[in-house]
Amino acid sequence: MSDLRELYQEVILDHYRSPRNFGHHQPSNREAKGNNPLCGDKFTVYALVEDGMVKDISFEGRGCAISTASASLMTELLKGQTEQNAQAMFERFRGVVTGEQDQRLDDGLDKLNVLAGVRGYPMRVKCATLAWHTLKAALNQTDETVVTE
Amino acid sequence: MTDTASPTETAPRFDAAAIRDQFPILGTRSHGKPLTFLDSAASAQKPQAVIDAVAETYAFQYANVHRGVYELSERTSAAFEAVRGKARGLINAAHDNEIVFTSGATEGINLVAQSWGRANLGPGDEVLITEMEHHSNIVPWQLLRDEMGITLKVAPFDDHGVLIMEAFEKLLSERTKLVSVTQISNALGTVLPVREITAMAHAAGALVLVDGAQGVPHLAIDVRALDCDFYTFSGHKLYGPSGTGVLYGKADLLAHMPPWKGGGDMITSVTFEKTEFAAPPMRFEAGTPNIAGIIGMGAAMDWVAGLDQGGLAAHEDDLLAYGAACLSEIPGLRIIGTAPDKAAVISFVLNYAHPHDIGTVLDNQGVAVRTGHHCAQPVMEHFDVAATVRASFGAYSSRDDIDALVNALEIVRELLG
Repeated sequence: MSDLRELYQEVILDHYRSPRNFGHHQPSNREAKGNNPLCGDKFTVYALVEDGMVKDISFEGRGCAISTASASLMTELLKGQTEQNAQAMFERFRGVVTGEQDQRLDDGLDKLNVLAGVRGYPMRVKCATLAWHTLKAALNQTDETVVTE
Repeated sequence: MTDTASPTETAPRFDAAAIRDQFPILGTRSHGKPLTFLDSAASAQKPQAVIDAVAETYAFQYANVHRGVYELSERTSAAFEAVRGKARGLINAAHDNEIVFTSGATEGINLVAQSWGRANLGPGDEVLITEMEHHSNIVPWQLLRDEMGITLKVAPFDDHGVLIMEAFEKLLSERTKLVSVTQISNALGTVLPVREITAMAHAAGALVLVDGAQGVPHLAIDVRALDCDFYTFSGHKLYGPSGTGVLYGKADLLAHMPPWKGGGDMITSVTFEKTEFAAPPMRFEAGTPNIAGIIGMGAAMDWVAGLDQGGLAAHEDDLLAYGAACLSEIPGLRIIGTAPDKAAVISFVLNYAHPHDIGTVLDNQGVAVRTGHHCAQPVMEHFDVAATVRASFGAYSSRDDIDALVNALEIVRELLG
C-alpha cells in the first residue's frame, strides 16, 4: 500500500478536490479539448498567450484524481512562462512520469515530483499527461481533439 | 436473483472451488496478492480443457481445413466442423449450416449489417436498437446509415436500466426493418425480454438480431423458442479462445444473403468473369479461419455443457445478490443498473473517487475489475457518469472474490475517502 500512498499523496488529493484555475478564465485566445477514450476523462484547456508569454491558463472538464491534479498543477506552474519554456517543461514532466527521466525535477518544477508515482502504473501515465498534451495542442493551435489512450 | 441473500448467509452448494481449480490463471498472483478476477464480462478465463484443446490441435492435429486430401487435413476439418454441431446444440438451432463461424460477436453484427443490411435496406428504412447497446451494436448501423441513408432509432431505458417497453413499441413501425438488441447489457447487467421483443418486432414486420455476447455465458439459449432471426456471440466470453464466435441465422435468410468478404473457401468456382459462391455457412467464411481457436471454442462448449446448469445459475444468482448486498452497505457507493432481472454484472460508482483511481487501488490489491465506459458511452451519459467500476462474474467466481473486492474498497476509502 506504500506505493499507493506515494501515488495518492495529500498534494494530489488536494488538487483533485480543489483544482486550481478550474473554469474558463476570460479572456483567452487559445483552447483545445483532450480526452482519454479509455476512461472517459475529458478536459478543455484555455490559455491567454500574448507576446510569446502564457499569461493565463485555465481548464474545465472531469477526470480522475491523477489527471485532475496534474491539470491543476500544470496551470499553476506554467502561468507566466514563455511559450518556449512551457513546451520545455512539458517535455521534462513527460520524462519524469514515463520514467524516462530518473532524477527529480527542480528549479520551479519540484512540485510535479508528486506525480512521479504514476511511472509504476503505465496505464495511468496517460491520465497524468492528458492536460499537458491538451495545452500543447492549444499553444500550437491544433484543431484536432487530443486523444490519449 | 433472490432478494433474500445477505452478507451473513451461507452460499448455496455448488462446487465453485472444483471449477476454479480447472483455471490455472486463477492460481496466479497479481501485485503479490492472489488474483481476484472480476472482469469476466470483458473476457472469461480459460479452463485447462480449452487450453489443452488448443495446444493439442497445434501439437498433433493441425493443417488447413476444407482443402487437403491428406488425412491430417481431413482430421482437422472434421474436428473444426464438429464445432458447428456443438454450437447448434448450445443454442438449439435447427441445422448445422445455420452456424457461421466468426471472429466474435462484433463480426457477427457487422456481417448482418454488411451482407443482409446492404442487400435489404434502403433510404428511409429503420434499424431499431436500444440505449444500452455495446458500441459494437451501434457503430455498424451508423456506418450503414451514413452510407445508405437508413435511419437508426434508439429505444430508451429507465433509471433502473430497464428497457421501456412502451417506448420500444412506439418506435416500431412499418419502416422498421431490423431490431438489433442485446440480450444482457454488458454495462448494467440488465436481462432484456428478447422473446417478447422478437414477437413485437415480427408483428411489425421487422427481423431481429440478438447480441448474445453476454447472454450465452449466463443463460440457456434456445434460438427457436426465441424465434430470433439472427443470434451472435463470442467464444472468448464463454471460456473459449479470443478471436472466435458464432453468427446464427435462419437457414432461409442466410441462403439469400450475399457474401460480405471475398476470398478462398467461400466459392464453388472462380473465373475472371464470374464467381459462384458457396452455400451458407461457407459463403460467409472467406479465408483460413481461426482453426485452433474454433476447436478450442468447441472444447469450451463441451466444458460448459458438462456443468450442472441449475447449480451454475443458482451460483451466479447468489453471487449477484451477495455482491449487491455487500456493496450496498458501503457508504457513498451507488450501484448503476438495478433492473429486477439482472445477470452477473455489478456496475458502481463511489461519490468520492473516480473509477480509474478506484481501479488502480483495487489492482494494487490483486483485484481485477473493469473501469471505464465499457464500450457503452450512451449508458454512461444516461446516468451522467463518465465511467463506472464493473465487477462481473463467471462460473469460477466465488463469495471470496466479492469479499476481496469489499476489503480492497476499504483501502480505497482510506486512501481517497
